[in-house]
Amino acid sequence: MTTLEQARPLSAADDDIGREKRLRMYRMLLELRLCEKRAYDLFLQNLVKGTSHLSLGQEAVAAGFALGMRRDDYTFCTYRGHAHTLARGAAMAGVLGELMGRACGVTAGKGGSMHLTSVEHGAMGSYAIIGAHLPVACGAAWSAQYRGTDQVTVCFFGDGTTNIGAFHEALNFAVVWKLPVVFVCENNLYMEYTPIGTVTAVAHPAADRASAYGLDPVIVDGNDADAVFRVAAKAFERARAGEGPALIEAKTYRHSGHSRADPAKYRPQGELEQWLQRDPVNLYRERLVTLGYPELDLRSIEQDTARRVDEATQSAKASPTPALDLIHKDVWANGGSAWRN
Amino acid sequence: MAELTYRDAVAAGIAQEMERDERVVLLGEDIGAAGGVFKATVGLFERFGPRRVRDTPISEQAIIGAAMGAAMTGLRPIAEIMFSDFFGVCWDMIANEIAKTRYMTNGQVALPLVIRTANGAGSRFGAQHSQSVENWAMAVPGLKVVAPSSPADVKGLIAAAVRDPDPVIVFEHKSLYSVKGEVPDGEALDALGAAKVLRTGKDCTIAALALMVPRAMEAAERLQAEHGIECEVIDVRSLVPLDTRTIMGSVVKTARLFTVEENPRLCGWGAEVASLVAEECFWDLDAPIVRITTPHVPLPAADSLEDATIPSVERIVDTVQRAMG
Ligand SMILES: Cc1ncc(C[n+]2csc(CCOP(=O)(O)OP(=O)(O)O)c2C)c(N)n1
Ligand SMILES: [Mg+2]
Repeated sequence: MTTLEQARPLSAADDDIGREKRLRMYRMLLELRLCEKRAYDLFLQNLVKGTSHLSLGQEAVAAGFALGMRRDDYTFCTYRGHAHTLARGAAMAGVLGELMGRACGVTAGKGGSMHLTSVEHGAMGSYAIIGAHLPVACGAAWSAQYRGTDQVTVCFFGDGTTNIGAFHEALNFAVVWKLPVVFVCENNLYMEYTPIGTVTAVAHPAADRASAYGLDPVIVDGNDADAVFRVAAKAFERARAGEGPALIEAKTYRHSGHSRADPAKYRPQGELEQWLQRDPVNLYRERLVTLGYPELDLRSIEQDTARRVDEATQSAKASPTPALDLIHKDVWANGGSAWRN
Repeated sequence: MAELTYRDAVAAGIAQEMERDERVVLLGEDIGAAGGVFKATVGLFERFGPRRVRDTPISEQAIIGAAMGAAMTGLRPIAEIMFSDFFGVCWDMIANEIAKTRYMTNGQVALPLVIRTANGAGSRFGAQHSQSVENWAMAVPGLKVVAPSSPADVKGLIAAAVRDPDPVIVFEHKSLYSVKGEVPDGEALDALGAAKVLRTGKDCTIAALALMVPRAMEAAERLQAEHGIECEVIDVRSLVPLDTRTIMGSVVKTARLFTVEENPRLCGWGAEVASLVAEECFWDLDAPIVRITTPHVPLPAADSLEDATIPSVERIVDTVQRAMG
């Protein structure tokens, strides 16, 4: 049986999360939301080239997990990775700059939107071949286990990813080696354009597979940042204690199309509107208001975040394009690309 | 000096590095207590224990992916892929992930890892367990590629691969595992990217790799004895980096080049060598470069067919003798 983990009712007096974390969570949700919106604007202005996959609507998954992570924990995510990279602390200008192909980008324009990486923040890469990063996350978790640290590795992927071989190899491997890795399926109901239910043998693409690997099926409301945070905290505790991996399915929805070119015409009428009523950022704000957080405090966070997104945009726009000699750099550890003497 | 088989030299090279560096770990299918299907990791499990020598499920993507994740977070893994043909099931990990990650991350991620694999024909295993696929790896920017031909070389090149800060693929040859050779005592540490002149000669250069090296050497002896042709034999050893200096230095001297490749004809490593030599040593050549390769077919299993498919000593002798005649 799979059960949906939901946020329990709260009063400010009986709050297991606490003021400091809640405000950080709200700030993070806003940053992810406004930065993604800005990415979309910049795309419309033809300043973002190539493709990009937005996490609009899925911010609570990124924020809820990141808030529970330690600085030295590892994040592995997909091409839909702007939010996860930002949530670990990468600078907005670095992310926007990367999307715009500027020198200030997190990988100076070499990776692009689908490969955001910021190792200093534990953001160990965004992977664009479906499923590839699940085995890689196993390796990072193995390394932590081997080195005797209690670092946790968190690996995010989509519902569509549960149908590729690497998903199954990685889960079995992680369980057999009892690795401190938390697999997070962001079930946004679609692969690219195809509803996940029409191509998957089970109703819950991740959770219903858990028992095949001896794992507990866990489903969480991925639009409720608190519920996500709590589920994450539990999984992290187990992983740090050496009790092995977890597989969590977070139910969520992307507000935009799959990628920049997708108008998402395949969605049934009214579906988006329904999910917009459960917008994770609005939900969180409402909860804070219910808990008695002063409107003024929230507005000041909102204004401050909007200002920081504007500043980041300006700074990315002002950044030059990368120097052309970068083409030949960093194929090898010696900084170069020579393949002969 | 001790006389070791190629397979024992593999294990000795790995053991040397594991002894030296706690970060070196080993993973693969049946490599632990069983010592590997080619017995190239015998004794390591007993010596270093299950924490450092880890048996895996039959999950090539997980093996290579785990090696990658471990390398990017501080370990120096050695992953074994039982047969190089199985690169087909983890090629995404090798060609898309491992090869490109340092570059794509603008140098943020280092991947000091080694992939060892049993490559090549001669075991009558048929088309899916006999290929020489070093040319696949050579074609992808970001991978270093070596294919040792002797016990001493395999030990020293494995050590060099482990210590290298970049991903290195070591193609061990199935038909060489039981071959014996002198291996110097003490620490072995070779250099990647260095070819070796194994025999000097003034009439022509034969560049060969892995199993083709002993065949080229035997052919050179016969060409000398039976036809008076003095061949210079170069063991290319490393495809990436490629020691073009040694190869071209020899071609400048002999004015003739033959390559002996186990790869099927199209885009075998010799094609790249021939192209480089044609481009840069054209005026030093007295005649066209000749490539001796496996024909462009999948490998057949029957011993008679397989033997007639991959380059043999006879074929090398005939081809060189006719071209030089
Ligand atoms: C191996 C592979 N096959 C196909 C694709 C093309 N592709 C890119 S994203 C995507 C959909 C993935 O769906 P899901 O895992 O649900 O992630 P989401 O995009 O919904 O976040 C596909 C099929 C790919 N990148 N890699
Ligand atoms: Mg999806």
